[in-house]
Amino acid sequence: MTRYLLPLGLFGALVALLFTGLYLNPREVPSPLIDKPAPEFTLPLLHEPEKTLSRQDLLGKVYLLNVWASWCVSCRDEQPVLMRLAQTKQVEMYGFNYKDQRDEALRWLQMFGDPFTASISDTDGRIGIDWGVYGVPETFLVDQHGIIRYKHIGPVSQADLDTILLPKLRALQGTSP
Amino acid sequence: MIPELGHFALILALCLALAQGILPLIGAQRGNLALMALARPAAQGQFVFIAVSFLCLTYSFIVNDFSVLYVASNSNTALPLEYRVSAVWGAHEGSLLLWACILSVWTLAVTVFSRSLPQVMIARVIAVMGLISVGFLLFMLVTSNPFDRLFPAALEGRDLNPLLQDPGLIFHPPMLYMGYVGFSVAFAFAIAALIGGHLDATWARWSRPWTVVSWACLTAGIALGSWWAYNELGWGGWWFWDPVENASFLPWLVGTALIHSLAVTEKRGAFKPWTVLLAIFAFSLSLLGTFLVRSGVLVSVHAFATDPGRGVFILAFLVIVIGSSLALYAWRAPTVKSGGSFSGFSRESLLLINNVILMVTAFSVLLGTLYPLILDALNLGKISVGPPYFASVFVPLMLPLAVLIGIGPLTRWKQDDASSVLRRAVPYLFTAIVVSLAALYTLTDHVSLLTGLSTVIGVWVIISAVRDLIARARKGQRLPRAFIGMSLAHFGVGMFILGVTLTGAYNIEKDLRMDVGTEVTIAGYTFTFDGVTEVQGPNYVASQGALHVTRDGKPIATLHPEKRTYRVQTMPMTDSAIDVGLFRDLYVSLGEPVDNGAWSVRVYYKPFIRWIWAGSLLMALGGLFAASDRRYFIAVRKREDVPNAAPARA
Amino acid sequence: MTSLHHLLRGLLRTLAVIVLCAGTAHAAKPDGLDLPEQYESRYRTLITELRCLVCQNEALSDSNAELAVDLRREIRGMLVAGKSDAQITEFLVARYGDFVLYNPPVKPTTLMLWYGPFALLALGVLIAVIIIRRRGHTAPTALDSKQQQQLQELLRQQDEDKNS
Repeated sequence: MTRYLLPLGLFGALVALLFTGLYLNPREVPSPLIDKPAPEFTLPLLHEPEKTLSRQDLLGKVYLLNVWASWCVSCRDEQPVLMRLAQTKQVEMYGFNYKDQRDEALRWLQMFGDPFTASISDTDGRIGIDWGVYGVPETFLVDQHGIIRYKHIGPVSQADLDTILLPKLRALQGTSP
Repeated sequence: MIPELGHFALILALCLALAQGILPLIGAQRGNLALMALARPAAQGQFVFIAVSFLCLTYSFIVNDFSVLYVASNSNTALPLEYRVSAVWGAHEGSLLLWACILSVWTLAVTVFSRSLPQVMIARVIAVMGLISVGFLLFMLVTSNPFDRLFPAALEGRDLNPLLQDPGLIFHPPMLYMGYVGFSVAFAFAIAALIGGHLDATWARWSRPWTVVSWACLTAGIALGSWWAYNELGWGGWWFWDPVENASFLPWLVGTALIHSLAVTEKRGAFKPWTVLLAIFAFSLSLLGTFLVRSGVLVSVHAFATDPGRGVFILAFLVIVIGSSLALYAWRAPTVKSGGSFSGFSRESLLLINNVILMVTAFSVLLGTLYPLILDALNLGKISVGPPYFASVFVPLMLPLAVLIGIGPLTRWKQDDASSVLRRAVPYLFTAIVVSLAALYTLTDHVSLLTGLSTVIGVWVIISAVRDLIARARKGQRLPRAFIGMSLAHFGVGMFILGVTLTGAYNIEKDLRMDVGTEVTIAGYTFTFDGVTEVQGPNYVASQGALHVTRDGKPIATLHPEKRTYRVQTMPMTDSAIDVGLFRDLYVSLGEPVDNGAWSVRVYYKPFIRWIWAGSLLMALGGLFAASDRRYFIAVRKREDVPNAAPARA
Repeated sequence: MTSLHHLLRGLLRTLAVIVLCAGTAHAAKPDGLDLPEQYESRYRTLITELRCLVCQNEALSDSNAELAVDLRREIRGMLVAGKSDAQITEFLVARYGDFVLYNPPVKPTTLMLWYGPFALLALGVLIAVIIIRRRGHTAPTALDSKQQQQLQELLRQQDEDKNS
C-alpha cells in the first residue's frame, strides 16, 4: 500500500519546492566576494581625473561603495536615500561610476545629488568585473581592513538601509580597527 | 462590444464547464442516466462558447482594436495580417485562451468518437475534462482576462515582439498545445478507469489512439519549436535545454513511455498500474509546464511575463488536479489485478526496461531543471544547470534505449530465448557497424569514440526498422497500420540520432570580417560577400547582405541575411539566411558593420541537420498512422454483432 | 519582512538588472574577429559553457548584453595571454560565483545532481528485474468451461476477420 503513496509524497515535496520558489528571485546572483578582500584597483577620480584613488587609500575606515551610472534609471530612486545617509555622516560613501561618460555623470550628480566623498570612474567596466558587478545599481559595504562584508543588489531603499545596511555598519564600526 | 461578447462567452463557457464537470460524475456514481447524458451536450456547448470567445479576440486583433489591453500590448497597425492573427497566442492571456480552446476541441472530439464506449465511462471522461476546463477558465477570468479594456484606448499598439514575427509562431504553439492538452484525454480515461474500477485491456484500447495522436502532435510541436529557434535566433542552435523547452520535453518523454506501456496493457493485460500512473504523470507534466512558464520561478527566454500571484493560482490548480489524481491512484491501484505473466526475457520485460530508461531520463531532465531552485530554496547557493549537464546525462541514457529499439521487435511476447534473439540481431549489428564506418570514413577524417558509437546506433535503429517491416511483409502477414506506424516512427528516431550526432560532431563555424569580394571556404563551399543594401520591410528597415555560394566553381545559392530594426520595438534582430539541403545546411548571419563597408559575418556548415526535424516529422507521422489503425474502428462493429460476448474484464 | 515586501524587492532588483540587458536579440554579434585561429575552438567552447549574468538564460556566446561583450573580451585577452581553460573559468567563478557556469561543478551540494540519475537508473533496473523475476513465477490461471466456450467463439471470429 505504501508504495502507491510514493508518487503523492514526491508530488507534495515538489509543491513545497515550487511554492518556496515563488518567493525567491532566480535572477539574483549572490557575490562570492563576501568576507574576501576587496579587489585591487587604481582609478581616476570623476571630478579630478588627474588624481587617482586606490584600494590602499580606503583602508582604515568602513565605507560604502555605490555603483552607479547616469544611464541607470533606478539609480535615481535610491539617490535621495543615499543623500539622507550622507547627511548623517555615519559612514564614508564613495561612488563607482560604471561605464559612463564623464560629462553625463557630472551632470547627473548635479541633478540628483552627490552624497559621495569622491566618485571614481571605471569607463570600460574592467574593475567592475573584478568586483563582480553585473547590474546597476549595486552597493558594497567594506570594512576597515578592506574586506567586503555585504553586497546589496538593486537600489537601496530606506527600509533596506534601516533593516540591513545600518545594523551591519554599526556592527563593523563597533569592532576595534 | 465584441470584446465584451468574448468575455461573456467565457463566463457562459465556465458555467457549462462546471455543469459538465460535476453533474455527469454524480450521475455515473449513482447510475443516473439523465445526469450522465448531460456530458456530451454540455461539452459541445462549451466548445461553441469558447470558440466564440476565441473568434472575438482574433477579430479584435484583425481590426486593430487597441481599446483591448491585450491587443494594444501585442499588436500594431503595421503588423502583417498573419502575425496579427498569431499574436492572439503570443502572450500569456491569449495563450491561455488557446489552451482552453484546444481543450474544448479535444473534448468535442471525444464526444463524437466515443459512441461505442459505455455511458458510465464516457460520462466520467468528459466530466474530468470539464473540470480541467473549469480550472483554466477560472484562471483566465480571475487573473488573466484577455478582454480587459484599456481606457483611454491606445492610438497605436506596442507591436508583437519581433522574435515572434516568424512563421514558427503560427504553427508551433497550436501544435504544441494540441499535444499538451491531448494528454488530458489519456488522463481523463485513466481517472475514469480508476473511479470505475474497470482497468482492463479494453480501457487500454480506447485510450491508445487518443494518446498516440496527442504524442504525435507534441512531437511535431517540439520539432517546430526547435526548427523555429534554428531559423530565427541566428546562432545555429536548435535546442538549449532551457527550462521552458524542458517543460515541453518532459511530457514527451513520459508520453513515449505511456504509449509503449499502453501497447503492453492492450495486448497482454500487463503493466496496468504503471500505465495509469504514466497517464497521470504525462498530463501532470503538461500542467507543470504551464506553471513553470508563467510563474517566474525559473529564468527562461521563453517565459511569459512573470507574476507570482498567477503562479500561486496555477500551483493551487496543480495541487487539486494532480494531488487528487495521485490520491485516487494510491487508493484504487492496489485493487487492480494485473494479468499477463511474462518471463525474464520477453518483449514485455524489454519494454519495461524501455520505460524505466525513459522515466529516469524524464526525472533527470526535471532534476536538472529544478536543481538551481532546490539549492536556492535550501539556501545552499546559486548555480546554473545548462546544456553541458543535460548532454552528459541524456546521451548515456538514450543510447542504450536506442539499442533496445532494434532488439525489442525481434523478441516474442511472453517468452523468448535471449541467445537466439541476440544471434539474429548480430548480422544487423554488423551491417550497421560496417555502413557507419564506411560512411564516416568517406565523409571525414576524424571520428571520436562517441561519434562512432552514436552513428552505429543510429544506423542500427534505421536498419532494424526496415528489417522488421520487410520481415513481416515477407512472411505474408498483414501489415497493419499500427505496425507500419511503429516502423516509421522508429526509423524517424534513427534519423534523429544521426542528425544530432553528425551535425554536432562535424559542423563548422566561422566568424570573420568580410569586405566586398572577400571569400571564405568551408567544407568545399566558397562563400563570397557581395556587400549590404538597405531594404524596407512592412514594419521594419533592414540592412540586407548578399553572399553567393559556389562549390567547385558551380553556383549553389545566393543568401540574403538581414539585420532588421523593427519600427516599434526597436531592438535589432538578425534574420539569418539558410540554404537548405537534405545532407547539409549552409547558414549565414550578419553581425555588425565594421568599417569601410565591411561587416562581421558568421558562416556555418551544418551537415545532416535537417535529419533532426525530418526524423521528428517521421516520428509524428508514424504516430498518426498507427493511431488510424483499422482495429480501433472495427471494435465498434464487432461489439454489435456479438451480443453474448462478455466485455473483457480485469 | 513580509512576503509582499520580499516580492517587491525582488521586482525592483529585476528591474535594475534588466537595465543592463538591452537587446536580447539572441545571436551575439560576432566579435572576436581578431582572435588567432589556434584559440578559436577553446574560445567557442568556453563562451558556450559560461552564462550571461544579465540575460534570461543565455550563454555568453548568444548574448549582446554589454556585460557579455565585456566578458567575452576578457576571455579572449586571457586566452591570448596563455591562460588555461581552468584558469579562465576560475577567474570568472571568483568574481561571479558558480552561477556563471552552465556545467555545474561537482561539489557536495551537486552530488545528487550528477549522480542522482545514474543511481536512479540502477535502482530502476533493479526494481524492474525484481518485478520480472516475480512475474515469471506466477502460473497462468486456467479457464472454466464457460470461458473456454467464449474463447472458442472469439477465436473463430478472429479467423473470420482474418479471412475477410
